[in-house]
Amino acid sequence: MSSQKESTARTLTVALLVCLVCSVFVAGAAVALRPTQVENRQLDKQRSILAIAGLGEAGMSASQVKKLYAERITARLVDLETGTYSDAHDPQTFDPVLAAKDPKLSDSLPGAQDIASIKRRERYSVVYLVENDGQIDTVVLPIRGYGLWSTLYGFMALEGDLNTVAGLGFYQHGETPGLGGEVDNPKWRGLWPGKELFDDNGKLSVDIVKGNVDPQSPNAEHQVDGLAGATLTSNGVENLVRFWMGENGFGPFIAKMRAGEA
Amino acid sequence: MAQPGIREVLLNPIFNNNPIGLQILGICSALAVTSNLKTALVMSIALTLVTGFSNLFISMIRSQIPSSIRMIVQMVIIASLVIVVDQVLKAFAYSLSKQLSVFVGLIITNCIVMGRAEAFAMQNPPVLSFFDGIGNGLGYSAMLIALGFIRELFGAGKLMGYEILPVINDGGWYLPNGMLLLPPSAFFLIGLFIWGLRAWKKEQVEKPAFKMAPQVSNKEAY
Repeated sequence: MSSQKESTARTLTVALLVCLVCSVFVAGAAVALRPTQVENRQLDKQRSILAIAGLGEAGMSASQVKKLYAERITARLVDLETGTYSDAHDPQTFDPVLAAKDPKLSDSLPGAQDIASIKRRERYSVVYLVENDGQIDTVVLPIRGYGLWSTLYGFMALEGDLNTVAGLGFYQHGETPGLGGEVDNPKWRGLWPGKELFDDNGKLSVDIVKGNVDPQSPNAEHQVDGLAGATLTSNGVENLVRFWMGENGFGPFIAKMRAGEA
Repeated sequence: MAQPGIREVLLNPIFNNNPIGLQILGICSALAVTSNLKTALVMSIALTLVTGFSNLFISMIRSQIPSSIRMIVQMVIIASLVIVVDQVLKAFAYSLSKQLSVFVGLIITNCIVMGRAEAFAMQNPPVLSFFDGIGNGLGYSAMLIALGFIRELFGAGKLMGYEILPVINDGGWYLPNGMLLLPPSAFFLIGLFIWGLRAWKKEQVEKPAFKMAPQVSNKEAY
């Protein structure tokens, strides 16, 4: 028996059978659970868009999130080069992060322009609009960039004037818990609303300062307190905000919107 | 060899033969996922299930596995189970699976799973092996939950995300110890636990690797 058990043919048969059974098992689980997973990912994104736009409250159930999102949020595709709306892709299914990895849908960024260290930028991105009686109330823009350890993915919400920040938040990052991870702290995120992106001359001016912002300073409305013990994460956030709000990011779109011609 | 009973294989690993405390296995994930109690709990459940079922399946086919490829067969079974657990977590506990990220996948390389498969499931009947896997998972869980409890309570003033000690940042009195949120703190805690365990159960103390010979004459000092 034992010599038969160790024969080459038998070894191959056992290996083959084990692989076959296991692959059917794994593939079955993956296929069966796929729809739930896709839905979860979408829900997670919708939840953070709503939170950053200041709609709804924390701890909403899945159906509440879906309903509120469908009622209030309109997704539109934006051509980042020209800053105008586009219909080249469906904004419901278009994923800017995936697009940035596809050479056909993105351009590589030269080092000097790539202040957020994202290497490639997609040609189209998706913006989320919150409208009230036909007036744009809030615009939510997807942003991402490198912090200390990881790429931070998040959203920046601007008020209808496309200058005042309505909110900032990240839905995915791998910064140190307790230090850089404090970008998730509601208290720090609460420093952002009300800040202004552009100075009186229309120049982009956002600054995360070390320590606390001096409220007397004339620049106070462009400055946010840095995170204690997380200078590199703070710098990363500052750079990525500057990149996405600047001319290589949503700058052209913001300019068009402010002129009222997007 | 006398057959151990189900009760024995289930309960022994918790204190008498703790996989982390005595066998010093699975340290990596014990450092990584215990910064809060919730992830520690989910990781414990995931690992316990994987160890239990991998032991069960491996034991079921143990007489069929040719010994030349037994390790790789064990790996294939363990890896399949881990992928399924990861998929289930992504589907039903999305935010937690985001926090656990790579560590669920790394259960594949967790020495506890492989160790029990090789040391126990290859020689014992399926039901007993299953409980041995669950028992070792529980031993790992006990350590993880203790770590998660201490680290979250004193590192963030919370338990399961609920505030227990109001921290100064939110207007309370407790100054959290930030180091407890970093992985190295778990090292110190595990060390303290092992010390405590061995002080309580003396038989777990390892024999010294060598013994110094007594000094026979003072010439040796020169």
